[in-house]
Amino acid sequence: MLATALVVGCGIGVFVTMRGTYDSLVRARQNYYSTTRFADVFAHLRRAPLSLSARLRRIPGVAALQTRVVEDVTLSIPGLTEPATGRLISLPGQPEAADALDQLYLTAGRLPAADSDSEALVSQTFAEANALGLGSHIGAVLNGRWKELTVVGFVLSPEYIYEIGPGMVFPDNRRFGVLWMNAEALATAFQMKGAFNDLAIATVHHASEPEVIDAVDRLLAPYGGTSAYGRAEQPSNRFLNDELGEIRINATYIPAIFLAVAAFLVYTLLARLVSIQRSQIGLLKSFGFRAWRIGVHYLELALLIVAGGLLLGLAAGIRFGVALIGVYRQYFHFPALAYRISLAVIGAAGAVALTAAIIGALSAVARSMRLAPAEAMRPEPPRSFRAGPLESLPLTRRLDPVSKSIARNLARRPWRAALSIIGIAMAVATVIVGRFVFDAVNHLMAMHFDAAERQDVTVIFQDIRSPSALASLRALPGVLRVEPFRIMPVRLRAGARSKTVSLVAVPPSGALFRVVDARGKPIELPPEGLVLTRKLAAILGVRPGDPLAVEQLDGRRRHFSARIVRLSDEPLGINAYMDNAALAAVLGEDAPISGARLQIDAHRAPQLYAQLKRTPAVAGVSIRSATVTTIRQIMNRSFIIMTLVMTGFGIILVIGVVYNSARIALSERGTELASLRVLGFTRTEVAQLLLGEQSLLVLAAIPTGYALGALFCRLLVPAFDRELFRLPFILTRSTFAFAALITLGAAVLAALLVGARIARLDLIAVLKSRE
Amino acid sequence: MNTQISPASPAPAPPVMRIRALSKVYRMGEIEVHALRSVDLDLYAGEFVVILGASGSGKSTLLNILGGLDTPSGGTLRYLDHDLSAANERSLTRYRREHVGFVFQFYNLLPSLTALENVELVTEIAPRARNAREVLELVGLTDRLNHFPAQLSGGEQQRVAIARALAKRPDVLLCDEPTGSLDFPTGRRVLQVLEQANRELGTLTVVITHNAAIAAMASRVIRLSSGRIGQTEVNATRAAAEEISW
Repeated sequence: MLATALVVGCGIGVFVTMRGTYDSLVRARQNYYSTTRFADVFAHLRRAPLSLSARLRRIPGVAALQTRVVEDVTLSIPGLTEPATGRLISLPGQPEAADALDQLYLTAGRLPAADSDSEALVSQTFAEANALGLGSHIGAVLNGRWKELTVVGFVLSPEYIYEIGPGMVFPDNRRFGVLWMNAEALATAFQMKGAFNDLAIATVHHASEPEVIDAVDRLLAPYGGTSAYGRAEQPSNRFLNDELGEIRINATYIPAIFLAVAAFLVYTLLARLVSIQRSQIGLLKSFGFRAWRIGVHYLELALLIVAGGLLLGLAAGIRFGVALIGVYRQYFHFPALAYRISLAVIGAAGAVALTAAIIGALSAVARSMRLAPAEAMRPEPPRSFRAGPLESLPLTRRLDPVSKSIARNLARRPWRAALSIIGIAMAVATVIVGRFVFDAVNHLMAMHFDAAERQDVTVIFQDIRSPSALASLRALPGVLRVEPFRIMPVRLRAGARSKTVSLVAVPPSGALFRVVDARGKPIELPPEGLVLTRKLAAILGVRPGDPLAVEQLDGRRRHFSARIVRLSDEPLGINAYMDNAALAAVLGEDAPISGARLQIDAHRAPQLYAQLKRTPAVAGVSIRSATVTTIRQIMNRSFIIMTLVMTGFGIILVIGVVYNSARIALSERGTELASLRVLGFTRTEVAQLLLGEQSLLVLAAIPTGYALGALFCRLLVPAFDRELFRLPFILTRSTFAFAALITLGAAVLAALLVGARIARLDLIAVLKSRE
Repeated sequence: MNTQISPASPAPAPPVMRIRALSKVYRMGEIEVHALRSVDLDLYAGEFVVILGASGSGKSTLLNILGGLDTPSGGTLRYLDHDLSAANERSLTRYRREHVGFVFQFYNLLPSLTALENVELVTEIAPRARNAREVLELVGLTDRLNHFPAQLSGGEQQRVAIARALAKRPDVLLCDEPTGSLDFPTGRRVLQVLEQANRELGTLTVVITHNAAIAAMASRVIRLSSGRIGQTEVNATRAAAEEISW
């Protein structure tokens, strides 16, 4: 009974944790977005005069509009050796601040003084990660000039609930942060007076987002607009959506597994009770109790067990929900995020649990009602067995009686055996799924950092530069090797489909960066034509050999056509790749570069970093080892917890099923086993006879669980098939071994629990009575 | 053929079981129940002993202690040169395994095993086992070897149980109301088997029953009441099982 209640508790617990977390995040986001007037459409451009905003405002469907100056710069943070990347965003002027979009939530300090050109608000996350206080100073290179900024306030922004830098998948809050300064100060520093380069738009309620985006794109095209996008593409919001989607999957399928197993456990439990208590049932019926009264009695018992599990699950689920929200607070930054559970969720949990109980109880209850009084009062006749067809095989004919008994007991109730196997297999699968994400992310990391991105440092320039800039990078301290790259925003069109992506142009056979195939092998870039990430090809519905129309979204906005030569399999991003010389030829340019990958001498890294912090042209620096460390930390924090939780669930499922079925076997066959003890069988021998059955079930369940687990993971892969990253379908041998080990361990534990009961078999009672 | 055949005769040899001043006290709540009070008894090889008593007379307690299922509260119980009164659980299990054959009122066969397999189950663990088929032949079940308990009548099941008990070549065969749940003709058939086994195999057989008619076939009848041995009779001539009726 406890095992059953525990399994119900797990199912309800996961449901309450996940569903409550989901609802809490959705509610927090809704409140946050509406109170801060989070925009609906976003756009970035090179530079447009402020006068353009009046025309933008007249686009049908635009309710409000906010022009801004946004620049990425290199920061020098006290206590951080490497340079950090800062995103500077202009604050709205005082009169319009109240109606501004994407308003900030000030958590400490004050706004910059109206005329200050060096005071800044810093995202609270970045401040915390770097232990910045109010009054701290940050060094920044603003458009080539070194400037010391003073932190005057900490803020949260609805645009950076999930605060990640460009092209990042995991947040690195030490090395990427957002800062807000007076518009005047930024405009002055970046020569953007009377101009803007970033736009946020709120649309009216029923506006068509694609139409607004089209209109915005048309107006911004002459000003270097790189395609506007809606909330769905807004990085922070998109990550939040993805995460919510995952939580919702977890809130559904894990509880479903547990409650299905719980229904099965309720079934076996009641079936056993009805058969043990058949004489009492007969007696009650002969006294004139109605069949339904007896049925209700058993149903009540089922409901009672499930109700116990429900309470347990609610209590645990709320506790874990609070803890999980605590974990999410580290990644998603809301002014207010608390775990709240609605009555509707509690009601749904109750309804689902009770349904499981009723489904599980039905057949046993019906059997208790069908028992005729006279029949019920006689002891059950010896259960009939027969030799299965397999027993005539030469191999099985020579089995010892113990093995035959085990085999026949299993074969006698094939459904029960099958359900037990499925129950345990579910546990194996749960453990595998728990490890899958870990395996997959490890593989993704290996693909990305060992096969594709092999540089030590990546430097991104403020603007595209002539290839001669490489020479000055080579001259920096400790630089061993330099490989240029150009990242060009483009719109790719194939028939009716189009997608805005980065076209990455690199030297064809670089050593630091390589385009890779599914096995991580480098792909040589063709002398002309494109290599597309497989995911991008799927989005555009194209194959190698197909032509693509390419529209340059920066600079001279050239249009050209290029053929797809082959597909690549990077797990991150959806880039298109081209040989840099080929791109330069097509564009008729002198191969300008956006940045470079560096291989460096680790001993001289501090000097290099110190210099990069003050190099005017550099907008961003990313350091591979720091990124890898950050990702590892995040994996250790969240994925290991997930693996542990799933493993815990697996253990509970195995113990639940094995203990329950062994307990049932023991009570059905207690007399039989006790008589063997009387005949001189040792406890171990009797336990073998009883647990042999369970061992076979477990052994059969492990491969079944492997198959189920692999299937579940396969089904999960599309959920992680995103533009930003894709989890490969990878299951390592150690994951399978781990799942088997956990399952066997849990089964042994369950066996020990039952074994203790074998020791207490009443030997004397056997001589006296039948049941 | 390894069946050992020796005629049953009141042996002058040392007793197989030697019981002195045996007592057993159960605590039931606050009440002490004296199930056995100072019982003295010797059991000899080849004997066919019937212990008669009403329910509550202590006969089951005596059988349990003889069979190594229970330990006495006082007195001594020796099996050959082993002291069973002080034996632990482990050595009692070994004693049952190697020396005792049990026949239960409700047969207690494994329903999942055929008649033959039920016997083989025991022959596999017994050190000096008889051939399972031969024992089943002895109890007259040659043609039912591959039947499962559910396919056998009560009498047939009890004969399988007897075969199972005999197969391990026990020094003592303990039968607890072996005909208790059988009708008269079937019960008599079972008694014939017990008689035959006692005669042909020379196994010390102890039958406890409240059915006084069975006493006629015993070599010795022990009447038990209120935990004491009331009366012991030695039958000069034993009735054949087929002459018994009730």
